Amino acid sequence: MKPPPFELHRPTSVEEVLSLLAEHGDDAKVLAGGQSLIPLLNFRLARPEVLVDINRVTELDRISASPDGGISIGALTRQAAVEASELAVTRNPLLGDALRLVAHPQIRNRGTFGGSVAHADPAAELPVAIVATDATVSVRSRGGERRIPAGEFFVSHLTTVMADDELLVSVDLPAVPERCGTAFEEFARRSGDYALGGAAAVVALRSDGSCASAALALLGAGDVPIRAREAESAVVGRPIDAASAAEAARQAVRDTSPISNMHGDADYRRRVVEAMVERALLKAAGRAEARSS
Amino acid sequence: MKQEVSISINGTVYERTIDVRMLLSDFIRHEARLTGTHVGCEHGVCGACTVQLDGEPVRSCIMLAIQAEGHELRTVESLANGVDGELHPLQQAFHETHALQCGYCTAGILMSIEPLVESGEPLDEERVREALSGNLCRCTGYQQIVEAVLLAAARRAEAVE
Repeated sequence: MKPPPFELHRPTSVEEVLSLLAEHGDDAKVLAGGQSLIPLLNFRLARPEVLVDINRVTELDRISASPDGGISIGALTRQAAVEASELAVTRNPLLGDALRLVAHPQIRNRGTFGGSVAHADPAAELPVAIVATDATVSVRSRGGERRIPAGEFFVSHLTTVMADDELLVSVDLPAVPERCGTAFEEFARRSGDYALGGAAAVVALRSDGSCASAALALLGAGDVPIRAREAESAVVGRPIDAASAAEAARQAVRDTSPISNMHGDADYRRRVVEAMVERALLKAAGRAEARSS
Repeated sequence: MKQEVSISINGTVYERTIDVRMLLSDFIRHEARLTGTHVGCEHGVCGACTVQLDGEPVRSCIMLAIQAEGHELRTVESLANGVDGELHPLQQAFHETHALQCGYCTAGILMSIEPLVESGEPLDEERVREALSGNLCRCTGYQQIVEAVLLAAARRAEAVE
């Protein structure tokens, strides 16, 4: 229950971090908030030879407005800081919905936005939120910067497209559609635990009340966050009511394969995710209506 | 890999040479000898080891001691006025409402909730339960803990008026 020995580096600039990552390759792990990595070290599930602590790289701790109406969040920004940012949660209300569900306040005080995205836990909320809102993840190495659509960033359980020498530097979230409502619904056995299943919805309505656009992303339905494109198309053009939401939810989980473990088997989890899609759609539509009336 | 560190806890600076892998919770208990901070699960789930880093509650068992350099830490020892002195109003409320039995989780709960009570934000049961969702207590069933926090908050509001 104590971390195994490691060599520790505490750089103060992105350039230094990139040099260290280039030098140590897959022997190194980046330490941001540590709210997932240090438990893994304490359990000895991870035994990196080198830790690169980025907590002194203050240039990565920022939230800024983008010209397109969206926001850009530096990787080291604490989750609590995003939650408390008027700019962030006004421009992307789904972030506020999602962050309230991320573990507990004490964890969010330390946990970082970029850390949660880079950790790529399929049961984590932030990866689902950035997939639902078509964010772009920027990663940098000494060779340059890559901008990766969130939907292509996650490869499998705890695995992303990032190479060993790349550092996640920021996540850019575009403006959400006008007259839209958002919702993040999940079911966990205890408040703050990793959820058994969940869903994020961003719904924009036309003036006649029918759905103009919908984005749906699933939590815990597979080993990465899943965009339910077919279910999205199924609700567009229709009013979002109990019947259309239930139909979309059924469709959203049709071909998914959640994991089975002692907390719930795949069938049960699929039904949980389905129920969360239904709830998220109805809640998001209700909020969109409230905003436009 | 060892390194010299200088860590400020409750206004006292502790200078030690430690292994870089030392957890903050172990530094607080074994190096600074402040044993009010308790260690439960040691993987960030139970909240017993919660301390304040620059005024914000964090888990000391999932942070490296060396990362506390340059920050101000507060532990439960900072609350009461000395060992035999007056209790902090929050501790006094816990005492009066029987908000602890074995007391193992109490230090973490106090350090988690103190900034919220001191913020003066109007509190209700739901808000308190949300703020304490990351602290496990196996004795009380939480009811009296919530009552204690609301009592302390009500007294603070009265005193401010």
